[in-house]
Amino acid sequence: MLIRKPPQIRASEITPKHVYLNRRKFLAVPALAAFPGLAPAGVRLADVRKSPFSTDEKITPYQHATHYNNFYEFGTGKEQPAELAKNLRISPWAISVEGHVARPRVFDFDDIMKLAPLEERIYRLRCVEGWSMVIPWIGYPLNALIRQVEPTSKAKYVAFESLYDSKQMPAARWAGIPFPYVEGLRMDEAMHPLTLLCVGMYGETLPNQSGAPVRLVVPWKYGFKSIKSIVKIKFTEKQPPTTWSRANPQEYGFYSNVNPQVDHPRWSQAKERRLGEFFKRNTLMFNGYGDQVAQLYAGMDLRKYY
Amino acid sequence: MPAWTSASITKPLVFALCLSPLGALVWRGFHDGLGANPIEFITHATGDWTLRFLLITLAVTPARRLLGMPGLIRYRRMLGLFAFFYGCLHFITYLWLDKFFDLHEIAVDIGKRPFITAGFAAFVMLIPLAMTSTNNWVRRLGGKRWQRLHRLIYVSAAAGCLHYYWLVKSDVRAPLAYAAVLALLLAARMIARRPSRPAARGKESPATSAATPR
Ligand code: HEM
Repeated sequence: MLIRKPPQIRASEITPKHVYLNRRKFLAVPALAAFPGLAPAGVRLADVRKSPFSTDEKITPYQHATHYNNFYEFGTGKEQPAELAKNLRISPWAISVEGHVARPRVFDFDDIMKLAPLEERIYRLRCVEGWSMVIPWIGYPLNALIRQVEPTSKAKYVAFESLYDSKQMPAARWAGIPFPYVEGLRMDEAMHPLTLLCVGMYGETLPNQSGAPVRLVVPWKYGFKSIKSIVKIKFTEKQPPTTWSRANPQEYGFYSNVNPQVDHPRWSQAKERRLGEFFKRNTLMFNGYGDQVAQLYAGMDLRKYY
Repeated sequence: MPAWTSASITKPLVFALCLSPLGALVWRGFHDGLGANPIEFITHATGDWTLRFLLITLAVTPARRLLGMPGLIRYRRMLGLFAFFYGCLHFITYLWLDKFFDLHEIAVDIGKRPFITAGFAAFVMLIPLAMTSTNNWVRRLGGKRWQRLHRLIYVSAAAGCLHYYWLVKSDVRAPLAYAAVLALLLAARMIARRPSRPAARGKESPATSAATPR
């Protein structure tokens, strides 16, 4: 092992760009920051406010939340993303925000970190497969970003796109779904204060397998709506295509609100297994966020718009 | 045959080997090795081993011919019963840990969800085969009828593959791989049955053939 530090290494080569550009928001733990390879995510985030939207339910252990993932770009096995996403390049990162907006713009990670104060939101996460977790996300409402770009009256929907790089994601070719992964929300869903633009979890920046560096979290919808590793956000007039409903329209719709009364054709959605619990618990309408979001769907037939 | 391959030694050995997937599962259970969703892990492991043992059982006859080891026949019953054993574990996992013996929900599931219907059919077909696996039953049914009945294992394995194919969300590689192995085994059987290959038939000793359907 080299003890003497090679003098020609610049700080920017050691510390991820978004970290050193943004020192005030990171309480860099020295040992971890010096060896980013040892702690692929683990940069602590400082100045994070608590949120009244947080649940006080028991938080899922970090190990489970980061080793039981659906991130099909990195394989369809639950433990594969933790391994295969390890070396994902997340710096530099750019998110292009475009479409029906007055001020289209490309944000880099640093811009994103500066848009609004960070909050911790402890949300339930319900997967369409029938399991759930409780995760302390860090981010701020997506509407803070949306306001920056000033959507026009034509903007009825928001389309999101994940990074797709077949070189960094060789396992993706076997996933059986089309890439890049795309998702969408109606404008009012995207503006809803619960809808989080997320940059961290468990007090730290996002681990790669959890959608680093920037993802969406929409807690009243099935997990696959909460798109990971976002590179594009586009405001559209028409309802945008979404990956799972494209792959299998009978089974996955555009809305995909958590709904115990509407079964997935292949399994019941009435119950869920909270990871770490033995017995199943009943699934709640809108994943328990009905008080906040039910009015978005007033008058809609949720069997039809599943 | 050398002494170390004598049945008194190899049979318990094969038996222990067949139990090792269960052993591994139990070991993991006591060492925090079942991951974030232990019940899913158990469901998948037992389902995988049911299907694997079905295919291993079906591979015995072609393997005897290809390897010129007719003695392998003595393990076939044990392997088939292990398929049933893991199938029982798999089904019990579902009944107990997934549905908590909610009979109404289970009945709805079996009727309504094609992947469960296929799995259930695959399992039910194994019950008569396990029941009639004794020498006594071979005699009672007569070799021919017993043989015809036990061809059900192909149907069960096919239903098992279909079950797997229908339950995956999008990545169909594993179920297709199992189905391909099954197709290969079926093809091997067809080819061997062709009358133009009398040599293959000749290898079978008359002593075992009555109780050893292909
Ligand atoms: C011979 C009979 C059967 C075979 C060969 C079989 C095989 C399998 C296999 C290979 C898997 C997937 C494992 C994996 O993903 O690694 C599986 C999963 C499963 N099987 Fe079976 N199975 C059988 C019978 C049944 C029965 C009778 C039931 C229930 C009535 C059942 C319920 C399930 C369930 C619930 C899953 C998990 C589905 C999921 O994770 O989404 N299986 N089975």
